[in-house]
Amino acid sequence: MFEAALFYTFSALAITAGVLVVTLRNPISSAIALVSSFFCLSAIYAILGAHFVAVIQVLVYAGAIMVLFLFVIMLLNLREEVAVPWGDFSPRVVVGFMTAALLGGGIILAVSVVGDTGLISAAEAGADYGTIRSVGMAIFSGQFLLPFEAVSALLTVGVVGAVVLGKRNL
Amino acid sequence: MEAVGLFPVLVVSGILFLLGVVGVLTRRNLLIVFMSVELMLNAVNLAFVGFSRSTGAVDGHVFAILVMAVAAAEAAVGLALVILLYRNRLSVHMDDLDLLKG
Repeated sequence: MFEAALFYTFSALAITAGVLVVTLRNPISSAIALVSSFFCLSAIYAILGAHFVAVIQVLVYAGAIMVLFLFVIMLLNLREEVAVPWGDFSPRVVVGFMTAALLGGGIILAVSVVGDTGLISAAEAGADYGTIRSVGMAIFSGQFLLPFEAVSALLTVGVVGAVVLGKRNL
Repeated sequence: MEAVGLFPVLVVSGILFLLGVVGVLTRRNLLIVFMSVELMLNAVNLAFVGFSRSTGAVDGHVFAILVMAVAAAEAAVGLALVILLYRNRLSVHMDDLDLLKG
């Protein structure tokens, strides 16, 4: 019961922060809301037994990626507040919400097909579930070795691309 | 049986994903659009971890970590593009980026 209460608390916080990301006017405020959403998601991962993913979520997402975002926002020196499209019923906003509603219908359909199968308990999952050891074994001794190496190549390409794009003249 | 089922996890994941969709489709600031994309990626990660917990295999965790690596690469390149656009157009507003308009 305690776990369920924690799960629902952090879910509500994550969704609230997500709403703030989309609705706030100032990009810095949006970024801070996104960081809090990431922390809440990390807590949810820990509740679900994904300890390694929870740690990586904080390190990579809340740490590295969001620092990058904040640096860029501050670098660009955006003084004016961004206009928020709420309240105007321009075609773009209407179409956006209609697409989201359509997609929401699809998601509801898909989730109802999956149904509530329930999660396995911590005892069933075993003490090793979600630890660095088990995830590492799955990556390096299973079928995920090639995707893992491909991701390392992708990260190299990403870094080179970012430098090439960011330099004023090569 | 765990106190939380798979259903609530998928519902939270779906709500976060839809928030990201609304952000991408309605906001005009490139940075906020990027943040909404990150929100969508996180929603997918939550679904992966939830499904992983329902089957008992850690494959979903591996997928989540791969998605995070791709998100990091995407953020690096995307933000470099934003800086480049700002340097050329002095704006990160998507309505100002109409160079290809005939």
